[in-house]
Amino acid sequence: MEEIKFTIDGQEVTAKPGQSVLEATLAAGIYIPNLCYDPKLEPYGGCRLCVVEIEGMRGLPTACTTKVTPGMKVRSETPEVHQVRKITMELLVADHPLECLTCSLNQRCDLQKAAAFLGVDQSRLRRSERALANDESNPFFVRDFKKCILCARCVRVCSEVRGLGAIDMAKRGYEAFISPFAGLPIADSICESCGECVDHCPTGALYVRGEAILPGKEVKTICPYCGVGCQMVLGIRQNRIVKVLGDLTYPVNSGSLCVKGRFGLDFASSEDRLKTPLIKKNGQLVEATWDEALDLVASRFKEIKKKHGGQAIAGLCSAKATNEENYLFQKFIRAGAGSPHIDHCARL
Amino acid sequence: MTNSISEFETADTVFIIGSNTTEAHPIIGLKLRRAALFHGAKIIVADPRRIDITQVAKLHLRQRSGTDVALINAMMNVILAEGLEDKNFIAERTEGLEDALPAIKEMTPERAEKITGVPAENIRQAGRMFAQADRASIVYAMGITQHSHGTDNVKALCNLAMLTGNLGKEGAGVNPLRGQNNVQGACDMGGLPNVLPGYKPVTDEAARKVFEEAWGVKLPEKPGLTMIEMLNAAEKGEIKALFIMGENPALSDPNLNHTRHALDQCEFLVVQDIFLTETAQFADVVLPGASFAEKDGTFTNTERRVGRVRQALTLPGQARQDWQIIQDLSNRMGYAMKYDSPRQILEEINQLVPQYAGITWYRIEKKGIQWPCPDTSHPGTKFLHQDKFTRGKGKFHPTPFIESAELPDKKYPLLLTTGRQLYHFHTSTMTGRVEGLEELCPGGSVEINPEDAAGLEIMDGEKVEVASRRGKVEAIALVTEKVPKGTIFMPFHFAAAPANMLTNDALDPTAKIPELKVCAAAVRKVA
Ligand code: SF4
Ligand code: SF4
Ligand code: SF4
Ligand code: FES
Repeated sequence: MEEIKFTIDGQEVTAKPGQSVLEATLAAGIYIPNLCYDPKLEPYGGCRLCVVEIEGMRGLPTACTTKVTPGMKVRSETPEVHQVRKITMELLVADHPLECLTCSLNQRCDLQKAAAFLGVDQSRLRRSERALANDESNPFFVRDFKKCILCARCVRVCSEVRGLGAIDMAKRGYEAFISPFAGLPIADSICESCGECVDHCPTGALYVRGEAILPGKEVKTICPYCGVGCQMVLGIRQNRIVKVLGDLTYPVNSGSLCVKGRFGLDFASSEDRLKTPLIKKNGQLVEATWDEALDLVASRFKEIKKKHGGQAIAGLCSAKATNEENYLFQKFIRAGAGSPHIDHCARL
Repeated sequence: MTNSISEFETADTVFIIGSNTTEAHPIIGLKLRRAALFHGAKIIVADPRRIDITQVAKLHLRQRSGTDVALINAMMNVILAEGLEDKNFIAERTEGLEDALPAIKEMTPERAEKITGVPAENIRQAGRMFAQADRASIVYAMGITQHSHGTDNVKALCNLAMLTGNLGKEGAGVNPLRGQNNVQGACDMGGLPNVLPGYKPVTDEAARKVFEEAWGVKLPEKPGLTMIEMLNAAEKGEIKALFIMGENPALSDPNLNHTRHALDQCEFLVVQDIFLTETAQFADVVLPGASFAEKDGTFTNTERRVGRVRQALTLPGQARQDWQIIQDLSNRMGYAMKYDSPRQILEEINQLVPQYAGITWYRIEKKGIQWPCPDTSHPGTKFLHQDKFTRGKGKFHPTPFIESAELPDKKYPLLLTTGRQLYHFHTSTMTGRVEGLEELCPGGSVEINPEDAAGLEIMDGEKVEVASRRGKVEAIALVTEKVPKGTIFMPFHFAAAPANMLTNDALDPTAKIPELKVCAAAVRKVA
């Protein structure tokens, strides 16, 4: 496809057809402050932080809703643009709580980043926090209305990406807030607790309980639950899964997960995991060493095979195990134990 | 699946039958939801329950559980009567339509209405909508297979796809959704009694020979027993030793009392798992294995995509990698195995399983590859049967309608059907250990229609006893229009109210799948 050339503050940049000024500029490594833009969603033009000047256009259009045209001349760093963005930002932070240090999104917050870029210091303004109490009804995530900047990314994720529309903008203007139909708590709505809205919130207004710890490493793997096989990025800290995100680049799920994959993986670190082999003695399962356990199994299998033939042994492999484990298991049953009886629960 | 998950997004018409897609396969459910909402896809749902996906459906057919074949045959009856079949496709790519015709011809929509309870006019609409679509796909899951005539259900669906030329092209096809994350892979790898890895029949001498040479042993020539047959044989003492890796039949199998008795009777039971499951409690030896987060390897999803599983956590206590346990055991039994990693095992699979020949460790690093993939330059296969079927021509199979093995009667007047819920998974060995999931959905409920509830003087939230010929359990009544009159529904995830105490273990004669979806039951209030 044809590339489109345009300039931003005099610098030549190329865009793909259909790209917005904001997308092409960000892709070129140049930052324009933005909060309601989200690569997965339709352009919205709500926060007005991304305003720019474009030669031949009146006023200050928003970069996220304006498509690049060939030869377009865009200016992002004029005094007028800066002034307008700064006022917009000051209004946004006027009622935003000053608790960045204890916020779970500290250092990862788009609002913080944009405010710092614009040199906005929160303390200059009259404080006017909203008084709505947090929605704590969902077991996995919390909505802190005070930190919400009404960018509607959560609302749009739920309708555009999930096709659900569990939440919407309630009321207008200064009184506006995000909530399910009729202002109910989220737990009483049609919300499916997928958590995708949380992942797209640019501030700490939506946060996952207990996710304040930053992961030390990230590992890509596949969800252990259903046959869709979504790919996920596990955030690991101190040998625990502390964060789970859908992998945006995987063709199956493009970043989406359901509640089980997003919030249901803690079982791996469950206290009651089996940690040693067990052998039944006098009707009780008691701890044993690997040598004791494997020698016992091997000698019993051998004895049964000798007395009754391989067909007296049967094996069930697992729809939860990997291909390699299943391959090896059936090889063991067929070649090692000499039995034709191998199955798993495909049918259930 | 014959086709790919991404194709649902651009689907034209989708016929969903026996799949509660949004709850059992949520990400496919959301693609279908989006296709309907934003791309005008027409969705037809055939399900006795008012499941979530019906909200975006053009048509909801509430057939009585167990009457799917009658419904599908009647749709085909309409298509033929109105001349909507794909004559070219039938002539060029298929054979045997004549044999399938009698069962279709006799099932007029009016007759099907009497059997299924779906108005004849709706059956006509469904038949037309499906046949007139450019690309129509069929989505089904356990609601189709878990019947004593499950094989007929699947054949009838294949007939429908062939009759309308909806195979071998993008956005069409017959798409079974696999339940657990690696059911597809476990089957591909020969975790089945009748086939070796890559679906080579054990009875095929030439195929056996390939494996005998690679593995250096003589292989059994006859198919082995299926899971339910194994348990029966263990109960009778014919099977002396049972080795179970990562499965929990003591909760997932039908007719649990019988299953548990069989496990108890088995002379020597070895269970390899990550938790002391209901099944492990019966074991003579329990071996602690690795969870998904602790292992390297590959999984194959429902669209045949082989993707990488990567180790993120270290193993707890003395737990070991499952492949190492098997290898160690095999060596102690005198059959030598010397792999040093899952990657080496995959290399052997590449050699022996033609569908996986080109699916090597490093090629699937980023996006995975869909089999068949015959060599390392092949990109993988998005949809199957493009130019021809594996067996040449697609064959129509006759599918006369047969009733379920056990129907409601005087003593057990209600029809019990079982299924999955969004917040839980299979026997909840994993989800039951996640606090939030338990809070959202504590489980142990039975859905009952308001009319039935009124007749039994049962109120919403009351404790009831559900009984069948095989057992009884207690549950909380959920009085709801979601189930039709005469039908009750129970999720099967929970140990406290195990629906499978009640279900029927009558088997489909071909696929040997038990009839989990239909049995006769009675409900009464617990004082
Ligand atoms: S958690 Fe998922 S379903 Fe619930 S509101 Fe957020 S996006 Fe919507
Ligand atoms: S909760 Fe977050 S995503 Fe939603 S409107 Fe508020 S700031 Fe935006
Ligand atoms: S995240 Fe949900 S839809 Fe995706 S594989 Fe896991 S269980 Fe299935
Ligand atoms: S990012 Fe453009 S208006 Fe919000």
